[in-house]
Amino acid sequence: MAAPQGPGFDTLSLHAGAQPDPATGARATPIYQSASFVFTDSDQAAALFNIERTGHVYSRLSNPTNAVLEERIAALEGGVAAIATASGQAALHLAIVTLMGAGGHIVASRSLYGGSHNLLGYTLPRFGITTTFVDPRDPEAFRAAIRPETRLVFGETLGNPNLEVLDIPAISAIAHEAGLPLLVDATFTTPWLMKPLELGADLVMHSATKFLSGHGIVIGGLLVDGGRFDWEASGKFPTLTEPYAGFHGLVFSEEFGPSAFIVRARKEGMRDFGACMAPTSAFHVLQGIETLGLRMARHVDNTRRVVQFLTGESTVSAVRYPELEGHPDRELAAKLLPKGCGAVFSFDLRGGRKAGIAFVDALNVFSHLANVGDARSLVIHPASTTHHRMDAAALAAAGIGEGTIRLSIGLEDVGDLIEDLRAGLRAAAKATGEGAK
Amino acid sequence: MKIEIDGFQAYCYTGARAPDVSRPAIVLCHGAGMDHTVWTLVARHFIRHGRSVIAPDLPAHGRSGGAALSSVPAMADWVIRLLDAIGISKAAFFGHSLGSLVALDAVSRHPDRARALAMVGTAVPMPVSDALLAAAKANDHAAFEMLTQFGYSKRHAFGGNSNPGVWMTGATLRLFERSKPGSLFADLSACNAYTEGLERAAAVLCPSLLVLGAEDRLTPVKATTALRAALAGSEARILAGSGHTLMVEAPNTLLDALGELEHGRGRG
Repeated sequence: MAAPQGPGFDTLSLHAGAQPDPATGARATPIYQSASFVFTDSDQAAALFNIERTGHVYSRLSNPTNAVLEERIAALEGGVAAIATASGQAALHLAIVTLMGAGGHIVASRSLYGGSHNLLGYTLPRFGITTTFVDPRDPEAFRAAIRPETRLVFGETLGNPNLEVLDIPAISAIAHEAGLPLLVDATFTTPWLMKPLELGADLVMHSATKFLSGHGIVIGGLLVDGGRFDWEASGKFPTLTEPYAGFHGLVFSEEFGPSAFIVRARKEGMRDFGACMAPTSAFHVLQGIETLGLRMARHVDNTRRVVQFLTGESTVSAVRYPELEGHPDRELAAKLLPKGCGAVFSFDLRGGRKAGIAFVDALNVFSHLANVGDARSLVIHPASTTHHRMDAAALAAAGIGEGTIRLSIGLEDVGDLIEDLRAGLRAAAKATGEGAK
Repeated sequence: MKIEIDGFQAYCYTGARAPDVSRPAIVLCHGAGMDHTVWTLVARHFIRHGRSVIAPDLPAHGRSGGAALSSVPAMADWVIRLLDAIGISKAAFFGHSLGSLVALDAVSRHPDRARALAMVGTAVPMPVSDALLAAAKANDHAAFEMLTQFGYSKRHAFGGNSNPGVWMTGATLRLFERSKPGSLFADLSACNAYTEGLERAAAVLCPSLLVLGAEDRLTPVKATTALRAALAGSEARILAGSGHTLMVEAPNTLLDALGELEHGRGRG
């Protein structure tokens, strides 16, 4: 029997969460750049604080502009609710601290964004939360690393920078067998390429700075609750299933059912840690999401053509893109990422660090900076920048070499991108004496 | 709290405290395939305002055990037995959708137990389409999707929730997905089979209120004409822009309306 279909992806990208502004009729979502909101009377004030009425109190907790963005990403991901945060790192931190305290343990892919690796590997241990890093291509390694005190399994849809495709169905099944949720960083894929919640993930986070925005003008993060994980059945999450003294004995799973996680994250995490997104930033992210489908299609198309070019170059020793013949995740990518594997990938230059430096310095269209997911094409040398805190062994384990270059392919004319890369390769070859075609 | 009714554990939300039977009581009855969490905001409000709130999960719903009941009168009698077990002699009965029929039936057949009736997102009779019944009988996910999509006004298909960050249809769909197999079919069958609603409405003696969504596609306002005529002295609030899922689509105006019934005008 055919069920009624809700609005499609592109329609939701433009409309989800938004209604014409009730005060002015404005069609575009207004920027409510206000720290706080006036109560109509004392009873309404008390009702807002006591979670009886809906509305906004203070923009650290919620804001009308942010709320539109939060609904929009929840709709696009197929979740129940979301929270906009100051950055992607803030979204990851919010997820972790909502689920565990000191003594908690995380099993994470070892192929992570450098900032996430720093948080899990170096910073959180100071607060009593430790992480075991495992090979993202080995689901059984996740199982083996789970301990009694584990509270979260974490990975990226596409590993950074080598694009290991996370086997979300397999890893989520392992997590669920252990009574644990799977949190996925979907920054590289966006919901246009993959919806992790439909594949078994329980929570999704984004750096909204990247493809969701596309313009590279804001820092922001998003955390989405899928609403399917049964916190009570797990029995491992007292923050969600036992009375919370910080809110008059509220039991989040009892009162909010499928939304228990995200309500706790807002009522405690945003209240106490306070890493909120600025309303103007939320507005900018919304502008990006409006064209997400159009942009991602172009990102992927340009990337495929750049990948094709690089694979034919003699100064390039390896190109890692999951659609390529011989890539270890090619079959999994075809299954989980049928629309494409994103627009960030890495390749290795012959000639190591010297070649890498010459290559990057010779580029003109590509911008050398520490970001991905911009409408403009970007380049970086991970070993000396995003992953510089990793020692040689950790770098090798993450598949990063001295000559590894990461590209984020933008929306420019692809011929211009290829010509720019060709010039870079010539410079690299000249600097190292490696032959070029 | 959990309490044994008919040999199994029944759950009702009481605000993280034992109900104080000396306070005026309010019973909140959920709709088909739902559970007590649909009433969380309303419950928290009236608890703060000195009421003893009982928001049960019907048998085989939410945290309650037992088998799903097959008729509205059976559900109403179960609610009365629940109140007996807790020690509440009289209450205001607020219900949504199927729950509104349960509240109506309880109030009508047990007038000494009722001090007010609020029917939210309601119609009498409340026929259910064959397609929906068939999907629910087959435990087909399509039943959840139909109820979710048609349960909201067309404008709310795009969200615009006053509850920050919550994607309305996503949250409702997930709640349906938590329902026990067969329970939604039992609920919808009970709605469909409840033919005595107008007769019951005519026998209601306590103050009554209808809260309706102007754009309700499951229980449209026009389907309440006979009910409004049968409920002597009843008042109706029609909430603009809202559909059937009023606790989500219009939580604050719903609370205002219920507050007027419970506290009197100007004290909501």
